Amino acid sequence: MISLSDLGTISEIIVSALLVIGGFFTLVGSIGLLKLDNSMSRLHAPTKASTLGVGSLLMASMVYAFAAGDGSLHEVLVMAFLFVTAPISGNFIAKANMHRLRNKPDLPPPPPPPDHVWSTYSEK
Amino acid sequence: MLSRLLPHPLLTILLSLVWCLLVNEIKLGTVVFGVILGLLIPIATAAYWPDRPMFSRPWKMIGYMVLVLWDILVANVVVAMIVLFKSNKNMRPQWVVIPLDLRKPEAITMLAGTITLTPGTVSADLSEDGRTLLVHALDADDPDAVRDDIKQRYERRIKEIFE
Repeated sequence: MISLSDLGTISEIIVSALLVIGGFFTLVGSIGLLKLDNSMSRLHAPTKASTLGVGSLLMASMVYAFAAGDGSLHEVLVMAFLFVTAPISGNFIAKANMHRLRNKPDLPPPPPPPDHVWSTYSEK
Repeated sequence: MLSRLLPHPLLTILLSLVWCLLVNEIKLGTVVFGVILGLLIPIATAAYWPDRPMFSRPWKMIGYMVLVLWDILVANVVVAMIVLFKSNKNMRPQWVVIPLDLRKPEAITMLAGTITLTPGTVSADLSEDGRTLLVHALDADDPDAVRDDIKQRYERRIKEIFE
């Protein structure tokens, strides 16, 4: 086990900076979740936390592993799976929201051009 | 014959690469086993992939991914500023309706995923006929500008990759 101070100064700075950036964006994501006032806007906050927030935490982990001489690319996989799955869960929450907003005056989704409906509302 | 043995060349490469990353070491044994998996899995699952050639210009994918990563970086900062310093009253959440030129389901999935990953926009739904995408924007003064931006920046490039 190597502690952070055993790394070179440069990689120490890079790892720390990445950790701070990741922490900052994850925090902003949580603040957004609390602060924003309608359910659709609130959905925007977690998409940030999961992209740049987790992304730079994983980068920090990767730089640390390589600087410690025990390089690991598992983080690339974590990032790839996260980027593929995050939009799917976001999409499901958005659809649940659309059902809640249906027939309500606050931000109803506009109907698409000629007499079609959004597939969430489809009766078929 | 070749398409029988190699129904999805790109999937083969991807699976071999993912295997090597999972094992987390580059040794001959790992690579060989990865390639074996990459060859067997596409053959075993070929029945579930009816349309074979998914991409027509796969190499453009790399440029596209770099562009999207860069946009995620920039947009994250912009949206963080909005969340931290803009009051809820001044925020203008909007629904944006995007008419699609893309027809392939894979291409539309990729566009919708990109829109959700770039902060500030979340793709919500597709119209019944699959030709219009509903997107929610966190803070947009002009929904038409958001629509044109997405069409110009992402849809055009995805179209090049797939068609």
